[in-house]
Amino acid sequence: MDFEFTQQETAFRKEVEDFVKQELPPGWDEKIFRWPGGYGATPMFEANFKEFWDQSFRKLGSKGWLCLGWPTEYGGMASTMKQAIFNDVMSYYGAPAADVATSIVGPTILLVGSEEMKKEWLPKIARGDVRFWLGYSEPNAGSDLSSCQTKAYEEGDDLIINGQKIWSSGAHIADYAWLLARTDSTAKKHQGLSLMIVDNRTPGLTIRPIQNICGIHSFNEVFFDDVRIPKKHIVGEINKGFYYLMVALQFERIIMPIGAFRRILEELVKYVKETKRDGAMLGKNSRVRDKLATMAIELEILYGFYWRTAWLMDQGVAPVLESSALKLLGSELGQSFANAAMEILGPFGQLEKGSKWVPLKGMVSLGYLDSVSGPIGAGTSEVIRGIMATRGLGLPRI
Amino acid sequence: MDFELNEDQRMLKASVHHFLEKEFPKELIKKLYQSDDGYSSELWRKMAALGWMGLLVPEEYGGVGGSFLDLVVLVEEMGYNLCPGPFLSTVVLGGMTVLMSGNEEQKIDILPKLTRGEVKLTLALSEPNTIYDPSYIQVTATLDKDEYVIGGTKLFVPDANFADYFLCVARTERTPNPEEGITILLVDAKNPRTKCTLLRTLFNSKLCEIVFNDARVAKENVLGTVNLAWPTVTAIMEKAALVRCAEMIGGAQAAFDMALQYAKQRVQFDRPIGSFQAIQHHLANMWIDINGSRFLLYKAAWKMSSLIRASKEVAMAKARIGNVYRRVTTLGHQIFGGIGFTMEHDMHLYHRLSIEGDQAFGDQDFHREKVARELGL
Repeated sequence: MDFEFTQQETAFRKEVEDFVKQELPPGWDEKIFRWPGGYGATPMFEANFKEFWDQSFRKLGSKGWLCLGWPTEYGGMASTMKQAIFNDVMSYYGAPAADVATSIVGPTILLVGSEEMKKEWLPKIARGDVRFWLGYSEPNAGSDLSSCQTKAYEEGDDLIINGQKIWSSGAHIADYAWLLARTDSTAKKHQGLSLMIVDNRTPGLTIRPIQNICGIHSFNEVFFDDVRIPKKHIVGEINKGFYYLMVALQFERIIMPIGAFRRILEELVKYVKETKRDGAMLGKNSRVRDKLATMAIELEILYGFYWRTAWLMDQGVAPVLESSALKLLGSELGQSFANAAMEILGPFGQLEKGSKWVPLKGMVSLGYLDSVSGPIGAGTSEVIRGIMATRGLGLPRI
Repeated sequence: MDFELNEDQRMLKASVHHFLEKEFPKELIKKLYQSDDGYSSELWRKMAALGWMGLLVPEEYGGVGGSFLDLVVLVEEMGYNLCPGPFLSTVVLGGMTVLMSGNEEQKIDILPKLTRGEVKLTLALSEPNTIYDPSYIQVTATLDKDEYVIGGTKLFVPDANFADYFLCVARTERTPNPEEGITILLVDAKNPRTKCTLLRTLFNSKLCEIVFNDARVAKENVLGTVNLAWPTVTAIMEKAALVRCAEMIGGAQAAFDMALQYAKQRVQFDRPIGSFQAIQHHLANMWIDINGSRFLLYKAAWKMSSLIRASKEVAMAKARIGNVYRRVTTLGHQIFGGIGFTMEHDMHLYHRLSIEGDQAFGDQDFHREKVARELGL
């Protein structure tokens, strides 16, 4: 056993830290906000951040940091561990690090895409030139994705798509959809679905905004009315989409912005050491100390699953249990951090960003709202526990 | 990073598992726990012959010279099979204290015998009015010519009933700083002025009261430096807490394995109960609890083995794992239903032991406070 990073990994961490400190615009800390584990307060989906985000991605692309986990023949460094280090550092600073293209589209194409598709898409993704949104959920297909009703029927060399997607994060600032649609209505639910790439500019595709409870436009509804795409945009084999999607879920888990938890804990510790309440420093209050100690312990466990998942992936293992635990604990930690922070701050916790007396730049009130979404998005905690039990522990399915 | 045991450790783990399964059937374990003489001297000698007692003892004293991580691997398996006996007391509380602060003569005298399984030790620290705080240690040792005279009561001393020596943590001087003035003395358990009484506990694990009634020990029996033993006590408590964590993770794993297997077999409503989401989610939570905490355990053990300060990691592990062991056995009982609530079943053994493990060497509150201090609070 060895819990130390290699010299090379340590040097890489330093390189990323130096880079991010130099690149982030002044006042970034005041502007940016992301509560880890949630899906709502994510500035990368806000239209006014788009330009900065696009520029940042191109810079990261030019350093080769958008495809760290990919094999070397496709420009990567074949190191999930490095990817994990990169995400840890970047998320600590609230900096752009990964998106749907780099964490789901790229790895899936690498695994199941045709040579032609790899040549067409991987370089663009690695350069940070293209943005994707995830077209999975529908009004009647949430946890049960295999009930997807959006249909794509073949017509000559094309597919014609009709249907509706929802909770489409960032569709309004993206270039392409990574879409799940039914290509065989006669097959069993799981067996008639395909993954495909759709250009957002295709006629018949309409995007409508949804404001989430944080007041941020992150989600959309997207409607498909006779949207025509070339068949060569089907990913891998037709009707295998659902299985590809399940495999891709594993890649997504390592993208967790885990460094943001570290940042929040640090800021809270600093806050209680500087703040006097009812005649005594908050940091001397035993219940406050207990809460912060608990947060530190739970975060250490999250890091355990984080590094272990990355390490297993580098050993060529797709770790169902570890990566599921990572997602589950991460989203629940988002909630327990928000709860603990609220309780530590007392009445100050509810103050919103911009209020005169707001502590910690208003991150806690926003985080408290956003943390509701963590155990819902990208597989509810209930669905994930079910996956762990059946696919991980071998318990019988219902 | 490397999350795997090395080959020697994997072999150690497998051989320990095999030995305990063969030599310690659950029937024997239940018998031993219910008797006052809670271990088998024959099996103790076999364990010594396998090199377990001397795992951490350097080769020059007849030991194996293994690492702390090796010990954690061994004890995790012992916890899995509820291996009874004064192992932790002898090897960690006794052996490691002698190794850390004994003089050459004491080491040569004690460690080879300990390695051969011929001597058993324990550390007497807690008292009726103090668990770990040196400010309140009231057992005193007063120098009278060439002897120390020890008076007072020690409580919750593990395995004292079959120990050959007590390492008594006593106050030898009143000082403004309570951490000074503490000394460790080696007391022969046969000293006529000591009285050891076994306490009845949930698990019948061998926790004792020792009354020192002006027990006299030679000055040469001081272990380490007079008045300056507290840092040793703290270091030993840290090691013991972590070894106890290893035992608890092993026990929690066993309780989980039993419950998982049962959930796959037990049929109600015409199907295995493991197909119900309520049961599935319990088991997923148990898996996360155990494996998340095992990371804390091994990271702390790796740091100790690498001689890196591990106070924060040990405190995190102990704060979390006591809780996990209790949660896992409670859910284990929930999955087994009525049958687990009987003496003939094995689940209650783990459930009983979990509370003792949680309390031993600092409970959750104690260790969370340590974590808070490590955070700079």
